[in-house]
Amino acid sequence: MATFEPALFARINKPDSAALKTYQADGGYSRLKEFLSMAPGDVTNIVKDSGLRGRGGAGFPTGLKWTFLPKDHPGPIYLAINADESEPGTFNNRYLMELDPHQLIEGIILACHAIRSQKAYLYLRYEYGTSYRVLDNAIRECRAAGILGTNILGTGVNCDIVLHRGAGAYICGEETGLIESLEGKRAWPRIKPPFPAIEGLFRKPTIVNNVETLCCVTQILYRGTEWFKSIGVPPDPNNPRDPGSFGPKLYCVSGHVNRPCCVELPLGVTARELIEEHAGGVWKGRRAKAVVPGGISMGFLSSSELDTKLDFAGPGRVGCLGLGTAAVVVVDDQTSMVDVLYNCCRFMSHESCGQCTPCREGTAWMTKILERIRTGQGRSEDLDLLLEVAGSMGIIPGTTICGLSDGAAWPVKNAINKFRGEFEDYIRSRRASVTSAQKLMAVH
Amino acid sequence: MATVTINGKDVEIGSNERLNCIQAASKAGVEIPAYCWHPALSVVASCRMCLVEVGDKKPDGTVAMQPKLVPGCQTPVKDGTVIIADSQKVKDARKATLEYLLLNHPLDCPTCDQAGECYLQDYSFDYGRGYSRLNEPKNIKPDKDYIGDQITLFTDRCIMCTRCVRFTREVSGSAELQVVSRGSHEEIDIFPGHPVNNPLAGNVVDLCPVGALCSKDFLYQQRVWWLKSTNSVCQGCSTGCSVTVDQNEDRVYRLKPRHNELAQGHFMCDEGRFGWKYTHSEQRLTAPQTRSNGHAAPLSWEDLLVSVRSALQKAASGKQSLAAVLSPWMTVEEAWMLAVFMRSISPQAVLAVGPVRVEGSDQHFPQDLRGNVVEPVKFTIRAEKCPNRAGVQAVVAHFMNDPMPYEELLRLASSGQFSAVYLTGGDPQGWISELQAEAFSDVETVVLQDCLPSPVLQHATHILPSATFVERDGTVVNHRGLAQLIRRAVRGPDGSRPDSRILWELSGRSGLFQAEALRAEIAAAVPALANLTDPAIRTTGVLLGAPQPAAAQTT
Repeated sequence: MATFEPALFARINKPDSAALKTYQADGGYSRLKEFLSMAPGDVTNIVKDSGLRGRGGAGFPTGLKWTFLPKDHPGPIYLAINADESEPGTFNNRYLMELDPHQLIEGIILACHAIRSQKAYLYLRYEYGTSYRVLDNAIRECRAAGILGTNILGTGVNCDIVLHRGAGAYICGEETGLIESLEGKRAWPRIKPPFPAIEGLFRKPTIVNNVETLCCVTQILYRGTEWFKSIGVPPDPNNPRDPGSFGPKLYCVSGHVNRPCCVELPLGVTARELIEEHAGGVWKGRRAKAVVPGGISMGFLSSSELDTKLDFAGPGRVGCLGLGTAAVVVVDDQTSMVDVLYNCCRFMSHESCGQCTPCREGTAWMTKILERIRTGQGRSEDLDLLLEVAGSMGIIPGTTICGLSDGAAWPVKNAINKFRGEFEDYIRSRRASVTSAQKLMAVH
Repeated sequence: MATVTINGKDVEIGSNERLNCIQAASKAGVEIPAYCWHPALSVVASCRMCLVEVGDKKPDGTVAMQPKLVPGCQTPVKDGTVIIADSQKVKDARKATLEYLLLNHPLDCPTCDQAGECYLQDYSFDYGRGYSRLNEPKNIKPDKDYIGDQITLFTDRCIMCTRCVRFTREVSGSAELQVVSRGSHEEIDIFPGHPVNNPLAGNVVDLCPVGALCSKDFLYQQRVWWLKSTNSVCQGCSTGCSVTVDQNEDRVYRLKPRHNELAQGHFMCDEGRFGWKYTHSEQRLTAPQTRSNGHAAPLSWEDLLVSVRSALQKAASGKQSLAAVLSPWMTVEEAWMLAVFMRSISPQAVLAVGPVRVEGSDQHFPQDLRGNVVEPVKFTIRAEKCPNRAGVQAVVAHFMNDPMPYEELLRLASSGQFSAVYLTGGDPQGWISELQAEAFSDVETVVLQDCLPSPVLQHATHILPSATFVERDGTVVNHRGLAQLIRRAVRGPDGSRPDSRILWELSGRSGLFQAEALRAEIAAAVPALANLTDPAIRTTGVLLGAPQPAAAQTT
């Protein structure tokens, strides 16, 4: 892997990397006119051929998603950019937006051209104030330079970006929750079908793509599909439904490591390599007990599973939900998994939108059970109860509208199945992680 | 025709019917439990109570089932759809959902108004687990009695089905209710200072599948299992909403809308919902009597009816004519009996339809916050505030080609053209003013059949205390010509008698009042009312055809 050259992060360490003139000096927007003169379908085909899969978490093939739009729709068609980046441990989009916003904007223009959209809504996480200022400035620069607006660079193509700041909720990262929020409503995910490609924002066909996905689109068009396919993991020949994991990926490493970082690597790097070579190893000379492969909703890798390849298929092979956002969170061997799991459950119950009964009540109940265990009041049957509750919620059993509760259930399933002994010891010892004063102050 | 299989049983669905799994299953007699789904509201599929297994029957007869459970409310059926609603997987999902719903529910059924008609109770009984596995404290949420003038919210009983929220957004349009907070701390609330006081507000109480939204009027008045329900028709306006009258021991406790697509749909307005109160008014007329020169002489009903008949016969023998005012609050049967009776005494007797109260103009819903009506219209409160203008008009038109307008009758009465008038009232808001009542001051015989006092009482010579709509049987015809039955739910106060019985005995008919026999008599005589014998009149009502144009509607 020594030969791997960062593409998405190629410019982030250059001085003034967010400015239009430096982006143009590095060749940015140089072929935009050429790409916008292509037929929209050709752009879609290039993205389709590259095998690009969505970087937001679900890993759905991007080009295929674009083809779901109704043919010959009179418009308008919208592109919504998911920059809500709210999965704990994830901060790659922030790097892209703050340090190379024009790479993203070029990707947005190209994607809009491919899907015949003239308007893109960028849904930005409220807490990202710097990203907002940088993007706002970059969009103004582009409008002044004729790169955004009507008749872009004389090609006759129109495209503009609306920068929307969210109001701070995890569920706004769910694509239909994001659409509801953009419409000014409470971010309650919609029932599907209809999928957003048929009826999305303002009841018009809408494509929702992640920031990193659109940056990849820019790179694919400039560097070609062959370049993209030369990176990553090809499809599993034994699984005809595996589209493979091509291209570079931004991995965020945080938690109990010496050097938390966001690093661009080919898909398929192992968790161990990330921790040891890029994050400076586990802190204080300790060992990793558990590693979150891609945001807490994906579950946990145990210490014996650290050689799992972090591509789209890898984490699933060891019982995790998937690659997710590739946010690797390391838990050292001095940390109680009971506390880790409690933290996950508390987050999910706080962020459950409250629409579907199993998620609204189940996440809160699991939190309450773990809270009780943490005060030394655990019972042996609690673990099976937790597994039963976790098993009954989510779109996988079909009991909820969106995937939040799958993400709430997975850490519970993984933690109890992979660390059951530790949970049993904890309950048997009647130990308490919290004082009664902390218990009184508990907010969930 | 499309064939859908539910629990192994085939049921035929019309090719134009667009049904979801819940509706298709109910056709096969299978109940799929649901909380958030309501046929008149949008689908949110959030309570997850209606989860079923769904599959497709292929042309070769094999069945491909979807691997996941799907919400029945959100899943349309088509030819070949297979629904399994009784598998262990479905039962487990229901059990789990009910357990979740009850986690933070206070289980205060002993003091809850909804107990006995509560879907949490019913479904827990049918599908629940019977004990709780919650070992932690429940969430406690504050009750909100500020939510509306007629409505109170027991927040902790709420299961967040959001039917009430959707009702105020989609049917009333006023959008007062909303969901605040998130997750298991979610609550229904209003924007401060904007309570749910729209004209349709009471419906959210009916829509609430649990005891969260309660009617302040009904609160703690009666356990619902003591209530007896009688099908009837609201008398508040000419929409003629199908309702049930819930009573116990001759006391009405509430009116609830009864679903009828031919009449109003699923809902009713608050004006009608609370419009029965006059039934138990202290003011009710309860003393049958004759009056002369201001002196009242109480009489038994038998003697009074004899007195009325002889007074009218005496008046008919003179030169002047007889007149009768047939109130639009009468039933078709009562109007028919009075018309026949008056004509039997004097073939020239003048008949006029009583005053039709019209207030403002029709109110259509949903209305946005500026008061503009949003299409499609889902509910209408009509300006014509009486139940049976069309029915009474049809009867009068049968006897008089050119029915006398009420104003004309008043004019003739005051100029001394009538020797006797038979007045019928019934409008609890009052149907005659002091000035109008003066018209009858010099008429020799004024027979007044009414349930409440009115200015004309002082001029009446014979007072027949009659009944309200919950004490009578008969037919009323709404604005679009839909004939529906009102039914006797309670006995009236001592001394009063149902109008139908008064007129039956006054006409000298033998035996007891028989509405059905009368309807046959009317249907045979009046072509416009020929449909009254249709048995559907007992359930949804029957359409009579185009109603007569209302003289009063021009105002």
